Amino acid sequence: MPPVGNEASPLRVAIVGSGPAAFYAADHLLKQNGLKVEIDMFERLPTPYGLVRAGVAPDHHKIKSVTKVFAKVASNPRFRFYGFVEFGKDIALSDLRGHYHQILYATGAPTDKRMGIPGEDLKGSYAATEFVGWYNGHPDYHDRQFDLSQERVAIVGVGNVAVDVARILCLTPEELAVTDIANHALEALSQSHVKEVYLLGRRGPAQAAFTNPEIKDLGNLADADTIVLPEEAQLDDVSRAALEASDDRATRKKVEILQGYALRKPTGKSRQLTIRFLVSPVELIGNAAGKVVGMRLVKNALEATAAGTPSPKATDRFEELSVGLVFRSVGYRGAALPGVPFNERWGVILNEKGRVVDPETKQPVVGEYCSGWIKRGPTGVIGTNKPDSIETVSCMLDDLARGSILHPSEPQASKMEELVREHQPKYLSFVDWLRLDEIEVKNGRAQGRPRDKFTRVEDMLAALGR
Amino acid sequence: MKIESILATKSLNVITVGPDQSLREAVDLLAEHNIGTLIVVDEAGQPIGIISERDIVREAARTEAVLGQTVSRVMTRDLITASPEDDLETVLQTMTAKHFRHLPIMDRERLIGVISIGDVVKAQLDKYQGEVDTLQTQIIEGQV
Repeated sequence: MPPVGNEASPLRVAIVGSGPAAFYAADHLLKQNGLKVEIDMFERLPTPYGLVRAGVAPDHHKIKSVTKVFAKVASNPRFRFYGFVEFGKDIALSDLRGHYHQILYATGAPTDKRMGIPGEDLKGSYAATEFVGWYNGHPDYHDRQFDLSQERVAIVGVGNVAVDVARILCLTPEELAVTDIANHALEALSQSHVKEVYLLGRRGPAQAAFTNPEIKDLGNLADADTIVLPEEAQLDDVSRAALEASDDRATRKKVEILQGYALRKPTGKSRQLTIRFLVSPVELIGNAAGKVVGMRLVKNALEATAAGTPSPKATDRFEELSVGLVFRSVGYRGAALPGVPFNERWGVILNEKGRVVDPETKQPVVGEYCSGWIKRGPTGVIGTNKPDSIETVSCMLDDLARGSILHPSEPQASKMEELVREHQPKYLSFVDWLRLDEIEVKNGRAQGRPRDKFTRVEDMLAALGR
Repeated sequence: MKIESILATKSLNVITVGPDQSLREAVDLLAEHNIGTLIVVDEAGQPIGIISERDIVREAARTEAVLGQTVSRVMTRDLITASPEDDLETVLQTMTAKHFRHLPIMDRERLIGVISIGDVVKAQLDKYQGEVDTLQTQIIEGQV
C-alpha cells in the first residue's frame, strides 16, 4: 500500500463525539508537523462541545471559555463537523471503516450509576444527570419535570456534579437570571419552594471528591446558609493519619474550608445547604402514592483497606431524613456503542492506552481508538482530557508509522459527505453551528445574559431554515 | 481518583507464573511481554507472591545456576493487594512508604490486574496537568 498522511493521500480520521476529549484529540492530530490529516467529527446533537455545553453549570461561565480553544480547532480547513449525525443510527461502523483510516470514539459517560437500594425508582427520585441536562438545555431532557414544590431535597454524592446541583437549587432567581441556564429551568427554579438541601457523602471531609473552588463557592451563596455538622467535620483517626503522612495540600485546604463552615452559625438566609458526611442511604421511603417522602440513612465509620484507603463500613446506627426530592450523583458510566467492544465492569470501551482491544484475542482492533471518559471512566476536570487524548493520538501515530491502519475503499472526503447527506439530510456543518451560536448569544445579550440556549432540536433546525 | 480509572485503560491481561516454574520460564515471560514483574499464583489462581527482575538479578549475583532455580525460591511472599475502589493518592503513598513498585489488583477474590508505580504517578501527573490546563484556559480565554 502507498504511504498515508501526505498530500496525495491524507490520513482520514473520524471522531465520534464532540466534547473536550474529541477536540483535544483533533487539535493534537492537526498539530503534527509533516502529517497531512483530515478530520471529520460526528455529533449526535446539532450542537458541539459535549458536557462543556450540557454539563458545566450555567453560573460557571468562565469554565466554558475553553470552547474558544475548540472553535479555533474547528476553524482549520482540514476539520469538518457533522452535527445531528448519530453513530449507530445515521452512520454505521461499516460506513466509517469504508471511509477512514482511523476511528476515534470520544462519546463520554452519559449514563448514571444507580444506588442499588429499595425505593430508588419512587416518584421524586432522579439521576442528577437528568436534572443537569434539564437546566442546561440538553434537548434529551427538555420535557422533564421536577417537583420543585418540595421543601427538602437530598443529593446523594459529594462530587462536583452533586455540588453543582446543590448550588443551582440554592441560587436566587436574580443570580440565575444572569446565566445561560435554560429558560424552562429558570422559570421553574424561580418558583421553587426548596428550603433545605442536603449533600450526602458516604466518607469523611478528607475523602470528598469535590474540588476546592467548588466547595469554596458554596460558602458564598447570596441567600443560603451553608452548614456542616461539627462532629462530622472532625477527622477520624484513619483519615488524620493518612493526611499527616502525605503532603497533599489540596486535601488539607478542603478539610480546613469544611471545618470553617462547621464553625458558622446560620444567619437566617431563606435556604439552608447542609453537607453531611459518613452517611449512606439504605432505603428511600415512599407514601401511598408512590412518591418519595424520606430516606433511611446508615452512619458509616472509616476503616483502612490493605492498600491504605479509608473505606466506609456501615455501623448499626440509623437515622431518617425527611425529603421530597432525591438526586443521585454516585458516578457515571459510558454507554456501549454498536459493534464496539465494551468493558461492562468499568463502563468503558475495552482499551489499552486508548487502542480498542478485542475481548477474544486481547489484541488491538486495527484502526479503532478511544479517549476521554469512554476510555478511562468519568474522572478529572475538562483539562484532564488533554493528556488523555494525547496518549491516544500517540498510539494512532505509532500505528500509522507501522502501517497498522484501516484501508478504506472510499477515502475521499466528498464520498463521506454524500453518504451523510443521504442518511441525514438535515446535518449541520460548523458554520451552521456558528450561526446558532450567534443567535443564542444575541438573544442572551438582549436579556443581560451570556446566551439564551435553544433547547429543542426542532427549534435549532427551524432557526437554520431546515 | 480511584484505581479503576487506571485499570480502565489496561486490557486486563495479567501475566502470571507458578511457584514451581523455573526462573528460565519467568525470564522468558518477562522478555516476551516486555514487563518487569510477574504475579505468582497457586493452582487456584490466587496470588501468593510477586517476582521482579530485581529479585532475579539478586539471585544471579549469588549463583551462576540462577535460571534453574524455582520461582518460589526468590519471590516476595508478603504481598499487599489493592482493589479497584482504592484511592489513587493513598495507594501512591503506600507504595512509596513500603518501597514496592507493583501492586496486584483484586476484585473480591479474583486477580484482575497489576498496576505499577509508573501508572499511578502518570495518572497523578495527568490529573494535576489537567487542572493547571483548565485554570490557564480560564485565565487566558475567559476575558470577556
